[in-house]
Amino acid sequence: MANPSASTRTEAFPVGLRVLVVDDDPTWLKILEKMLRKCSYEVTTCGLARDALEMLRERKDHFDIVISDVNMPDMDGFKLLEHVGLEMDLPVIMMSIDGETSRVMKGVQHGACDYLLKPVRMKELRNIWQHVYRKKMHEVKEIEGHYINENIQIMKNGSDDFEDRHLFSGADINYVRKRKDGDNQEHSDQEFSDPATVKKARVIWSVDLHQKFVNAVNQIGFDKVGPKKILDLMNVPGLTRENVASHLQKYRLYLRRLQKQNEGGTFSGNMHSDFSCEDVTGNFDMHSSTQMQQNGASSKYTFTAQKIQAQEMFSDARADDFKSISSLQVTGSKQALVCDIPDSQKVISVSRLGVLLPSKDMMLGAGKKSLEPAISRQQSWSGGIPVMQFMQYPKHDHERCSLLEDYSCLPKPDQEHQVLYHLDTPPSVISLTCNTENDMSGLSEFKPVHTNHRSSHTKTASPLSCMTDTLSVQVDSGSSNTQDYGVAFE
Amino acid sequence: MEYSSLQRQVAYMKKRLFDQGYLDEQFYQLEELQDEANPNFVEEVVTLFFRDSSRLMANIEQALEKCPQDFHRLDSFMHQLKGSTSSIGALRVKNECTQFREYCDEGNLDGCQRSFQKVKREHAVLKQKLKAYFQLLRQIGPTERATPPGG
Repeated sequence: MANPSASTRTEAFPVGLRVLVVDDDPTWLKILEKMLRKCSYEVTTCGLARDALEMLRERKDHFDIVISDVNMPDMDGFKLLEHVGLEMDLPVIMMSIDGETSRVMKGVQHGACDYLLKPVRMKELRNIWQHVYRKKMHEVKEIEGHYINENIQIMKNGSDDFEDRHLFSGADINYVRKRKDGDNQEHSDQEFSDPATVKKARVIWSVDLHQKFVNAVNQIGFDKVGPKKILDLMNVPGLTRENVASHLQKYRLYLRRLQKQNEGGTFSGNMHSDFSCEDVTGNFDMHSSTQMQQNGASSKYTFTAQKIQAQEMFSDARADDFKSISSLQVTGSKQALVCDIPDSQKVISVSRLGVLLPSKDMMLGAGKKSLEPAISRQQSWSGGIPVMQFMQYPKHDHERCSLLEDYSCLPKPDQEHQVLYHLDTPPSVISLTCNTENDMSGLSEFKPVHTNHRSSHTKTASPLSCMTDTLSVQVDSGSSNTQDYGVAFE
Repeated sequence: MEYSSLQRQVAYMKKRLFDQGYLDEQFYQLEELQDEANPNFVEEVVTLFFRDSSRLMANIEQALEKCPQDFHRLDSFMHQLKGSTSSIGALRVKNECTQFREYCDEGNLDGCQRSFQKVKREHAVLKQKLKAYFQLLRQIGPTERATPPGG
């Protein structure tokens, strides 16, 4: 099947939406193809789940959305769903003749953005573009929310130099730029005070916070647990019931998956052990703590970077007005992470993933520096690896950013870097603590250091440069099992 | 618009198929998909269906013979077949498939056997009827083939 690239699309979205249809039923495949063509979409069909995955991995940016039947002979549709969500972060629609609530629920749990019942009508297919659009908006809003929040902080500090302009670039978030282009402080103020955007500030689930959460859960008893109870036990000011509730849901999913794996058999120590990280599944909110998980089958997470640039603000302790921005340029087509440091301005450009929102406490107050990186991306792993996240302690005054990730950035697109972690337990959380003190003295290389774990990791990637004096990585292990993690950046 | 005798025959045949529950709404959907780019779309899909469903039914037949107690497997096959029948709107066949699966749930082998015979029968009957239908349709000729909706 011909699979035209995005460049041939000249008409307005959603015309030319690139759909991958996966169904083992040849009759349905033919019908769906015809239906989608009639919607002016570009269709590629596939009769096997594995073929579909291969196709997706090879031609990462060639598809906008995937539609798959739940019952496939070679692979469970839900598994395919997970893979696609994790590796490619494409919206996936499930189909089945079986409309049982439990099945549909399972689909949604695994990250399906919709669940269609066969026989599928054309009018249902006509609307699938909304899932693609929604995802994009969601990503943009997260980044926007982050920066708006950041800007509030900056504004509060009366920094006149602040340039909104530099915050964003990249075609993907044009609409955000439009909003910011006015660069009028008052105008910006208005936007900042817009409750809708401010509301997007999220709780950052730091290691400590998550530990408190887990302790609370264990104390209450997992069966009797509820968000209110946990919230009360945790006794963290500023934490809301909603925060806890959503975190609890993720935690539950994660545990369930762990359970299944433990029942499912041995963990093969090779690089192709499956990895599923609930935090990565479809929703890249930074506020969820990263957990490393493992699955049985093989998976590879490819790094798809897009041209979304986020900005990380630093302020020099010695100069209140001085801001520096770390930048990490991520180019779209090749999963490349290029550290680009123009003078003292660094901009972190990230793709996709949820963005870290600075807490109000992390302030540029009297000579403090706040590290507010916006990181979003997907990564390529074979094997389990924690999702890379920046995390912050929401209530500490001093800046501590915990980078939950192996922050190996790749300057060259075609380099493959392998990092192997041996961890004693999943969920392990690799936290990188940057003490961002005073001066922007050079760029220190970031190297994850594993403590308490026998690690045979080789890190060959070029490090992320960030303006920190000291970097130390702690690996925090919760209740987890030994496993090998491989990270392959393709 | 005046319909030729042939067209009326075709329309009548189609109406009967619907009235007697052999086909359902999905068949109309297929007809709507037919266009200049795919002038024989419906027939192609139907042909594809019968080919694939025959294969599935052979699997079921074999499973009933070789491993009759494996209801999970039988159910799985039948699930596939059912999904396939929904593609062209083969209502009667689909209903028999549902019945079969119920027997599987109960672990009722005898029920499954009987039910499967019904599936086979409905399948064969539909195949015959649709074959005749398309034959007639072909006689009409492509330009006149725009069948009036609803018959």
